[in-house]
Amino acid sequence: MTKMINLKINDIPVTVEEGATILDAAKKANFKVPTLCNHSDLCVAGNCRVCVVEQVGARNLQASCAVPAAEGMEILTSSAKVRRARKNIIELLLSEHRTDCTKCYKNGKCELQDLATEYAVGDNIYIDLVPFNDYSVDLSSPSIMKDDSKCIRCQRCVRTCAEMQQVAAIAVANKGSEQKISTFFDKPMANVVCTNCGQCIIRCPTGALVERNSIDEVFDAIYDPDKHVVVQTAPAVRIALGEDLDFEPGERVTGKLVTSLKLLGFDSVLDTDFTADLTIMEEGTELLTRLKKALVDGDKDVALPMTTSCSPGWIKFIEHKFPQLLSNVSTCKSPQQMFGALAKTYYAQKRNIDPSKIVSVSIMPCTAKKYEANRPEMRDSGYKDVDYVLTTRELARMIKQAGIDFKSLEDNNYDSIMGVSTGAAVIFGATGGVMEAAIRTAYEIVTGKEVPFKNLNITPVRGMEGVKEASVKIEGCVEDWKFLEGVELKVAIAHGLVNANNVLQAVKNGKADYHFIEIMACPGGCLGGGGQPIPTSLEIRNKRTAAIYEEDMNMPFRKSHENPEIKLIYEDFLGEPLGHKSHELLHTHYTEREAY
Amino acid sequence: MIQTKTIVQELVKKHGNNRESLIPVLQGIVEKNNYITDEDIIEIANTLDISAGEIYGTTSFYTFLDTEKRGKYVIRVCKSIIAVMKGKAEIIKTIENILNIKVGETTPDNKFSLLEANDIGWSDKEPSMLINEKVYTELTPEKTTEIIESYLRD
Ligand code: SF4
Ligand code: SF4
Ligand code: SF4
Ligand code: FES
Repeated sequence: MTKMINLKINDIPVTVEEGATILDAAKKANFKVPTLCNHSDLCVAGNCRVCVVEQVGARNLQASCAVPAAEGMEILTSSAKVRRARKNIIELLLSEHRTDCTKCYKNGKCELQDLATEYAVGDNIYIDLVPFNDYSVDLSSPSIMKDDSKCIRCQRCVRTCAEMQQVAAIAVANKGSEQKISTFFDKPMANVVCTNCGQCIIRCPTGALVERNSIDEVFDAIYDPDKHVVVQTAPAVRIALGEDLDFEPGERVTGKLVTSLKLLGFDSVLDTDFTADLTIMEEGTELLTRLKKALVDGDKDVALPMTTSCSPGWIKFIEHKFPQLLSNVSTCKSPQQMFGALAKTYYAQKRNIDPSKIVSVSIMPCTAKKYEANRPEMRDSGYKDVDYVLTTRELARMIKQAGIDFKSLEDNNYDSIMGVSTGAAVIFGATGGVMEAAIRTAYEIVTGKEVPFKNLNITPVRGMEGVKEASVKIEGCVEDWKFLEGVELKVAIAHGLVNANNVLQAVKNGKADYHFIEIMACPGGCLGGGGQPIPTSLEIRNKRTAAIYEEDMNMPFRKSHENPEIKLIYEDFLGEPLGHKSHELLHTHYTEREAY
Repeated sequence: MIQTKTIVQELVKKHGNNRESLIPVLQGIVEKNNYITDEDIIEIANTLDISAGEIYGTTSFYTFLDTEKRGKYVIRVCKSIIAVMKGKAEIIKTIENILNIKVGETTPDNKFSLLEANDIGWSDKEPSMLINEKVYTELTPEKTTEIIESYLRD
């Protein structure tokens, strides 16, 4: 049994488990203590000191996020001493801060601003140090803007990048008043190992790290009468957008999302889920082909295990860190890029629209997708396949700018073609989802039967464990796939790059006997992506996950190969999976990159 | 200059292949080559499995872990706010005039480098400077001239 600790917060008795901090105890007693460097996903840093509280009898104030609650403690969270200290700290932070809130992207969504408001910090008593520091703004990355003049050096970003992503593209450099968050030799973000995952953005309390936004460009395209603007929405957007528009985490807003996009003026509201289903067809076939080559033809050169390729943060990670394993990555483009390539070819032909007049926009839970859309190879349609990528947050902002009362909207369905999808596609948004969707289809292709799991729910691949392993025994194969009879298909799933790194190390050292690995750069999968509403926490990610699986259960089709529009595109346009057209439009190659 | 790969491997062998060896390895490079190059950092990053960004952060934290080419004598003038108020600018100008270099530069004979440093710890005796490890405090232009000239004669 865990030991319990009794203490008093502002004279109110409270009991917490051993190991809980004073901050936890205060929360339990319903007192809010302000924090900045603290984040529930990260280890304790204790460097900002806004969370100080007074312990009766102790001389110094304590950082409540860093000090464990102890038996008999008497804590004051708002004594005169505490208030004075806290106000001082906030004023000091502001004296080094370019406080131009009305022009700042984080205005209204900034933890520093909230604190300044709460403590009514008026005319600063400290001198303004901003003019003395030569701060710089880094706009080199297509995904991220880094503005050092807004940085309070809480190091949440540094801890995120090191602890959760094991990239450590950014670190603390210099000391004293020169201290800053820097890259290797202060190189531009675009020239270092940064994966553009945006995990640092969703944990930065201020405007120091934010996404590069394309809101104005997209509005301009919509207003241009000459342009046909198509929009695609990723699986994880429909279960999180509500959080920025007065809904609670975990509320599904798919129908309202579609309606709001129509009201914004997009000419056609389509679904990335359609190309998620297409990815299953292509990637599933690629996996089975690789297995055949290895098991039947005895081809020693075929790279196994095969890994997924839909997470562009993951792709950039492996390009930098494990370039020797690039042939293990599926050659399938991500669903976003498959959609882009088809929008200006297949869709244009079917709808009889000049592809040069099509502007293709995607709504993504992800900042790395901005980088992906800008990769030079992503132009197989003859044009830039995806013109603009907006994050979930940017879309919420557009909806607000347009004065749309999101809450009261009616539900609508996606347009066609390229708007029909399945439950297998929507679960792409959760860790394990691509694996589950792939198994649902591949198992059926090989055996002619449904996967032997209740309601098609392959629960062993679900959940928040960092690395999940599962195996499926293949039995009763149809004629074409007899060579797989009795084979135990071994799979692994990793989310968050720290876990990806561990799995890849094992593969590199020959210590992993998997056939197929799903990897998502972000914790929880896309639903925890760097473009999703802020804040994030394990609790919020769990609620989003539940929403995704709910959405899956409510879809009329739950297996990618049953999507009628998928059948149609193979009949009318692509021919067959991995066929000539597919290779041209839906597959890609990767680039070796520097290790820093 | 000794080859990056060899020197890093030698130092790692000496200090151990783990995170804790980082500072000793970096120090070892400075001892041998005077300063640390970006190639050194990349090599260390690969060997110790620490990101190059983190190693850069570490070198920038410690004044003695130089990452730029330096002369035999490295002059570091404190640039804390107090030093600024007490006349740091004049001290810098004095040195610049004598050595005919600007802050950040090294004399053509590789004898002197002139730098500014964060607080070097003598805030009650500003302006102050370090020449290699030696501290000089409460500087005036005259005193500074004398000190620099003594090094010139060396
Ligand atoms: S980061 Fe926050 S406090 Fe700073 S200018 Fe932006 S909104 Fe204001
Ligand atoms: S960039 Fe943001 S998260 Fe990183 S240290 Fe600065 S304020 Fe904190
Ligand atoms: S975007 Fe991701 S990889 Fe890049 S600095 Fe932020 S957390 Fe690190
Ligand atoms: S929140 Fe406790 S020290 Fe920063």
